[in-house]
Amino acid sequence: MLLVVLEHDRGAMDEAAREALTFGRGLAAQMGLPLHAALIGANDAELVAEAGAFGAETVYTAVHEVLSDFGPEAWGEAAAEMIRQLNPRAVLAGGSERGNEIMAQVAARLDLPMVANCLEIDPNGGAGEWTITRQQWGGSLLEDASLVSERPLLTSGLHTLAAEQTDAPAVPVAQAVEVDLDPSLARTVVKDRVVLEAGVTLSTAPVVIGGGRGVGSPEAFAPLEELAAMLGGRVGCSRAVTNNGWRPHSDQVGQTGTRITPEIYIASGISGAIQHWVGAKASKHILAINIDPEANMVVKADWAVIADLHEVIPAITQEIKRRRA
Amino acid sequence: MRILCCVKRVPAPGAKINVTDDGLAVDASHLGFATSPHEECGVEEAVQITERHGGEVTVLTLGPPEAADQLRYAASVGAHHGVLVATDGSAWDPQRTAVALTDAIRGLEAADGPFDLLVFGNESADSGGFQVGVRVAYALGRPIVNGIKGIEVDADAGDGVVRARREIDGGFEVYELPMPAAVGVKEGINLPRYPTMRGRLASKKLEIAEQASDAEPGGQSLVRLHRPRETVTETVILGNSPEAASAVVDVLEELGVV
Repeated sequence: MLLVVLEHDRGAMDEAAREALTFGRGLAAQMGLPLHAALIGANDAELVAEAGAFGAETVYTAVHEVLSDFGPEAWGEAAAEMIRQLNPRAVLAGGSERGNEIMAQVAARLDLPMVANCLEIDPNGGAGEWTITRQQWGGSLLEDASLVSERPLLTSGLHTLAAEQTDAPAVPVAQAVEVDLDPSLARTVVKDRVVLEAGVTLSTAPVVIGGGRGVGSPEAFAPLEELAAMLGGRVGCSRAVTNNGWRPHSDQVGQTGTRITPEIYIASGISGAIQHWVGAKASKHILAINIDPEANMVVKADWAVIADLHEVIPAITQEIKRRRA
Repeated sequence: MRILCCVKRVPAPGAKINVTDDGLAVDASHLGFATSPHEECGVEEAVQITERHGGEVTVLTLGPPEAADQLRYAASVGAHHGVLVATDGSAWDPQRTAVALTDAIRGLEAADGPFDLLVFGNESADSGGFQVGVRVAYALGRPIVNGIKGIEVDADAGDGVVRARREIDGGFEVYELPMPAAVGVKEGINLPRYPTMRGRLASKKLEIAEQASDAEPGGQSLVRLHRPRETVTETVILGNSPEAASAVVDVLEELGVV
């Protein structure tokens, strides 16, 4: 079997898990293996049904008191124990922060190789020598790797494919797996959560107004804030901005910040260095505002305005107000 | 408080990353090198913790002899000791790297006592394997959580507790790790300081302990690096002045986001 470890947050499936099921469906078909899923710390019917809609035939569930909330060590040991019992041919998870972390925990516990953020996986006939194309530099560079492993542990590059339900969904069988977990694994389980902002966030906003070095100062972000608020969106920024201390790092779009997926990203005063582009490229549309027509961001955008953002952003706000009036 | 930070020397990329002719490395001839960003913040965090609680920071790297530059940089911003596990500069796979680092840390702990905290970067900027810190922590029996963007050390609680924050959408999760512990940190946990003149001078005098490793290669090996196919976008220029605002709002209306 090919086993997909499902990432969920207290019962809500993560998009990365849907992507991993979609990716795994293709790989399982290629290898002539059934696609099964591992559900850790939950066994609710909705999650099982959703895994089925994405092609899982059997959903193995592990429930235990140390799995009451997310904890990398407890989840890693639970997944490792399921793998010991189920002997899958390969194991896959989504390439999200948690997905990669769980798989690293599994890799450490089973002393197996793990390959993160894969784009293409070729089992080469299934003799245990795999050819893999994976992301380096957050996807700015690709690596062809060879992997020798009887049981590869893999994650699929985040947002590198669209999650799609199967055309022929089966009603999946849910099957409980007994996992005996040491209570001490609770030492890394989430103790508390603090909500700083409700509603849309940078990673879920339908519109992101980005500001770069060209904005010039912390105060000069006010017009970007106004436009973002008007469109139900969020303000993002480049690494240069957070390095200057103009915005908190949680606003940073990029390889070391947030990967955004808005309907439109309005990138203003941003040159478009590789580090930033990695976080912006999953935007459905990009509009660049820049005084430099040669800027990387302008060249890669769908639309551009070659002018000073300090004049263009307020003009856009005014125009929306005028049309709404 | 004894803190160990693992850092990686990586090329410092600009607008484009080029690959060497043999396809086995990033062509860094016009780029220079830096400490991988998450780890630069890791060193800063470790130094800040010792400034509050006392103690010393040891920085450990695995890489070519030139990776000594990154150890000296760490010393210039406040780290106290530097250890280099020297390689021939070829890409080591994550399993091999983890074994070599684990051995090095065991050696350091056998000589001078256990570290209270191990600090790793969440993932390296270049190869991005997302696993070395977790493998090392597991081998050493230390609890580890990745994605950490806030650390508070409570030295008075039992044997010491690390309260760690992990950013999630719209807020953060809180973890409480009993010490000795390990964390995988992310950029944004702090804003790293720049070296002072005094720091630079101190870094020149840093004595770097060199070690060799006999760790065996793991299952993954690099065949070739290449750039992804670039999609060429026809950029539509909506205007060269604020008057373009009208065309911009037309686009926004078309996309249904106004």
